[in-house]
Amino acid sequence: MSKPKTPIHFTVDGKKCQAFLGQTILQAAKDNGVYIPALCRWEGFEPAGACRVCTVRVAGRTMAACTQPVTEGMAVENNVPDLQDMRKSLIEMLFVEGNHMCPTCEKSGNCELQALAYRFQMLVPRFPFQFPARKVEAAGKKILLEHNRCIKCLRCVRGVRTRDNKAVFGALRRSRDKEITVDQALAAALPEKQARQAMDRCPVGSILRKEVGFVVPIGKRKYDKEPIGSDVEKAKD
Amino acid sequence: MPSKGLIASIIDRHRRDRTRLIDILRDIQAKSGFISPEAVADVAAGLGLSTVEVEGVATFYHFFSSRTAGTYAVYLNDSIVSVMKGRAAVAAAFEKAAGCAFGETTRDGRIGLHRTSCIGMNDQEPSALINGVVFTNLTPAKAKIIVEGMKAGMDVPAMVAVTGDGANASKLVRAMVKNNIRKGGPVIFAPFRVGAAVKKAVRMTPEDVIAEIKKSNLLGRGGAGFPTGLKWEFCRRENGEAHYVVCNSDEGEPGTFKDRVILTECPQLLFEGMAVAGYAVGAKEGVLYLRGEYAYLKPYLEKTLADLRKKNILGKKIAGKAGFSFDITIKLGAGAYVCGEESALLQSAQGERGEPRARPPFPVQSGYLFHPTTVNNVETLCMAARILEKGADWFKALGTPRSAGTKVLSVSGDCKKPGVYEIAFGLTVRKLLEMAGGLDAQAVQVGGPSGNCISRGQFDRAIAFEDLATGGSIIVIGPGRDLFEVVHNFMEFFVEESCGWCVPCRAGNPLLLRKLEKIMSGKGTPSDITEIETWGKTIKAMSRCGLGQTSPNPILTTIENFREMYEAKVDRGNSFLPEFDLAESVKAASAVTGQKYAAHAPEKARE
Ligand SMILES: Cc1cc2nc3c(=O)[nH]c(=O)nc-3n(C[C@H](O)[C@H](O)[C@H](O)COP(=O)(O)O)c2cc1C
Ligand code: SF4
Ligand code: SF4
Repeated sequence: MSKPKTPIHFTVDGKKCQAFLGQTILQAAKDNGVYIPALCRWEGFEPAGACRVCTVRVAGRTMAACTQPVTEGMAVENNVPDLQDMRKSLIEMLFVEGNHMCPTCEKSGNCELQALAYRFQMLVPRFPFQFPARKVEAAGKKILLEHNRCIKCLRCVRGVRTRDNKAVFGALRRSRDKEITVDQALAAALPEKQARQAMDRCPVGSILRKEVGFVVPIGKRKYDKEPIGSDVEKAKD
Repeated sequence: MPSKGLIASIIDRHRRDRTRLIDILRDIQAKSGFISPEAVADVAAGLGLSTVEVEGVATFYHFFSSRTAGTYAVYLNDSIVSVMKGRAAVAAAFEKAAGCAFGETTRDGRIGLHRTSCIGMNDQEPSALINGVVFTNLTPAKAKIIVEGMKAGMDVPAMVAVTGDGANASKLVRAMVKNNIRKGGPVIFAPFRVGAAVKKAVRMTPEDVIAEIKKSNLLGRGGAGFPTGLKWEFCRRENGEAHYVVCNSDEGEPGTFKDRVILTECPQLLFEGMAVAGYAVGAKEGVLYLRGEYAYLKPYLEKTLADLRKKNILGKKIAGKAGFSFDITIKLGAGAYVCGEESALLQSAQGERGEPRARPPFPVQSGYLFHPTTVNNVETLCMAARILEKGADWFKALGTPRSAGTKVLSVSGDCKKPGVYEIAFGLTVRKLLEMAGGLDAQAVQVGGPSGNCISRGQFDRAIAFEDLATGGSIIVIGPGRDLFEVVHNFMEFFVEESCGWCVPCRAGNPLLLRKLEKIMSGKGTPSDITEIETWGKTIKAMSRCGLGQTSPNPILTTIENFREMYEAKVDRGNSFLPEFDLAESVKAASAVTGQKYAAHAPEKARE
């Protein structure tokens, strides 16, 4: 990262942009005031390319903007109808894959999945609800895992580690049976700040900090004020 | 339950090496029949990991289980050709004789019955793995005898009465597997003199070796068709403390088994190919990643490696060349199709969950242990060795201008002579069907489930990169078959084998499967066909790796080539039919209450 920054030029939907070699398309777009929607990304974590909502198209090929480095002269397609519809269908897939009862969810209003659904003007998913049987893991001292809402973004797996660098969260099994799991002993020993971060970084209401709840009243929640992505878009207006 | 001492000794035997976690878990599974939470905790403590990390790996692979898989663990293949060849009757016979259903273990824990994806025996189905030993051409009668043997406490290898041909009969393999080499060819199945490739290579510079491979136009045989010489050049150019050669012997695409035959009959050629690659890219170590299903070949392959070391084809100062040392280790998988994808394979070889990596960086930049690595298919590496021996021009004279050389095909399904065929590129499907005795086919699945299902009108197309590209799987689908059943089997396979990392593949494929079932049940409408096509395209475009990017192909290619079959299934008069059948759903409740729900006749029901 301490290498000298080489400036490069690229476009998003025709808009001329500047970036530095080594940046991903997503980072570079953000620096130019272009919002590329994403769900699994968290600034500072290794990008996962798991949600695929940030998929863009370059020279006819689709790719995840969060993992793809930007290159000189790249012409990125972002806000185009067919891509937007495919992104929207990914959001819809997530809604039917789990059980999302927004009105009873503590994360409602602060939830990135919900906020993106609003942004994409999702009314009802085009896919049939799967109603999977999922559990709620409430045995832990500090952290409650609500599997019904988990979208397997892997933020917790990537970002929550103990001081001696052990993973606190992990993934079990594969395919649609994949499930996030937490080492409850390690989780119980997490410092307060880290436990809170785990909850804040979960994009949905899957990781909840026990003993506190519903602290932010309706009207003051993150996306009550402005739709997701508007901070990025406003920054460069 | 395994004792603490046993687990400690297993961990020690693998030098407490995190990258050998899969080897450790394989040993525990083999010794105790399952991997208990206590074992997970012990391994985690032994390797300095959290339990969730170990559990994540232990639950990823099909051949690991958290409950006992049975003293005798039967894994019966459920791929489509197994189904065509009578799997259902064999499964029923196993269940009846054992006294438990598939997915269960007998109460005494002696016999466990499990299903599994294609085990690479498609030319001799139905087949099964029992404690790692292969059983082929199963019949209900054979299943009964096998269960009797298990009940009598027989050793599984002792149940193999008749061994197959070639090296299958050798002491170290002793498998009933048959090679079924129906057509040999000049590149792979021609006789090979040990040393012929390596000795020639070391007299050239590595750059010249790469130039020769480039000149030959050799394209990767694993499916993607990337130019091998170019891949080696990229790998060589990368700076790094170490470079690696990895041979992809995962062969998981249903219907392909040619790598198994090559590993059985031509391991010297393969290992020389790896040594040549090592010389070319500047690697000292090679890794053969062998799918768990082929573990029965490991002792034999180890012995071949030992022989080659004795002959100085492997080891130090190879063929007298100062400064060139190269050796090969074998790493086993544990049941996961996605591990054939090269970056997932690398993760798995490092003892991780077999989840693909983000690319870039590509394996040539950051591969095995994050060092520059060339990952090549078994057949590709064999061909590279032969090219060194015989020259690029000789190789290029075979095949078509754009697809040089030969291709080894695995032919199975409804044909008289299933087996392996080494053919020159450019051969038409019709010619192949003629050779294999399957000309009456209604369809041919070229390239496995991720490939293309073609109809009779397309049988004059050529097998070549420029027309019908294939990793080698050719499944002949005879006139009487229900093509929907084939498509359904393939979609179930993708649903199950998705690594689950990304949304379109993990969440999307089950939706495709469900939609397909709706159409198959006769409840579909024309709009269901349009929707399934759109959803399929979305999954292809948005998925992270080749698995998701090809998983809708069974549906999309049959809609394209057999549209009439879909149209005949759907109700054209209706624009919408719910998949939800209310009358059916309330049947149980109606039986209890005595009230009848009559669809479309609410007035009557009210009476
Ligand atoms: C889901 C999936 C499964 C694959 N399985 C195999 C396999 O079993 N064997 C193989 O050689 N390549 C397989 N590949 C292709 C590899 O990723 C890679 O392209 C290949 O090993 C490169 O070798 P080559 O250049 O010699 O073809 C698979 C790819 C995907 C996406
Ligand atoms: S628990 Fe939350 S942070 Fe973790 S994978 Fe699930 S949705 Fe993502
Ligand atoms: S496409 Fe499927 S197999 Fe590939 S990364 Fe995504 S979930 Fe895993």
